Amino acid sequence: MHMPPQSYLIEVVIENKPLARDPEGETIHQNLVLKGGYSQVTKVRVGKLLRMRVDADSPEQARDLVKKLCDDLRIYNPAAHTCQVRTVG
Amino acid sequence: MSRVAVIQYPGSNCDLDALEVLQKVEKIRADLVWHKDLKNDYDAYVLPGGFSYGDYLRAGAIGATSPSLKIVREAVDQNKPILGICNGFQILVEAGLLPGAVLRNSGLRFVCTWTRLRVETTRTPFTKLAKKGQALLIPIAHNEGRYYLDENQIRDLERKEQIVLRYVNEQHEPSKDSNPNGSIDNIAGICNEKGNVMGLMPHPERASIRALSPDGQTYGKVIFDSMIETLNGLGA
Repeated sequence: MHMPPQSYLIEVVIENKPLARDPEGETIHQNLVLKGGYSQVTKVRVGKLLRMRVDADSPEQARDLVKKLCDDLRIYNPAAHTCQVRTVG
Repeated sequence: MSRVAVIQYPGSNCDLDALEVLQKVEKIRADLVWHKDLKNDYDAYVLPGGFSYGDYLRAGAIGATSPSLKIVREAVDQNKPILGICNGFQILVEAGLLPGAVLRNSGLRFVCTWTRLRVETTRTPFTKLAKKGQALLIPIAHNEGRYYLDENQIRDLERKEQIVLRYVNEQHEPSKDSNPNGSIDNIAGICNEKGNVMGLMPHPERASIRALSPDGQTYGKVIFDSMIETLNGLGA
């Protein structure tokens, strides 16, 4: 019996590659986090979050679809960014 | 007579400036063409500055999916000159026609200022009338102008003579102080391997009319003069 597709929530997180400087993260780290006394925090990176609702037969299928679209549509620029895709619900 | 298209995207705002210089300073046939209506019946293409699609996702990322890019790719293969200024540069990078990425300025602020650029190669159709090592004073105006490419690929870019312009100081040397946005290696403009596609963050169209320059100089004009010279040479 074929189950109707379910709706899944997928998150895409885009960050600068480790060697591409992230001045916003550095500023937040230096001027807010460390200045505020949270010296246990050793690094802050700022990224971009895209939350997509996807109809699929399984969470894996939903995640694979979003991974594919991130590459196909250049949701991130591989020259400068890393892209993580994760299922959250 | 050569014909040049200035491609207008939703959010372009330096399109009319580029058109003005081409028509009234260079006195050539130039049309403003809506990006969805572009045809490959021009001899050269200019992608102007602005904020196509509101810079959403990333500057140039959505503009790079415009149907005009299909025409531009054909034109690239036909060795036609393609010039991307500011947002036009970002679009060419996001379309993969130029390598790398253009990230948010390291100072996290929009920077609008005159910059001194050093011409690193005269092999492109946009610098052929300039002299290697010559300094050009041309303004920038952007929030995302930090050119980025991995270190090993930068060396490749240098070796293939694809770095066209660098931000420099009064001694004509690239320095931290003269780098307005944190671009790797002070890079202000690059070209593709063939050299017929060039992108730059500075605005040569804002430095091509005497009345618009603080010192009455027109350093940006050499970019357009070179393009016209190339087109004349091609017999277009």
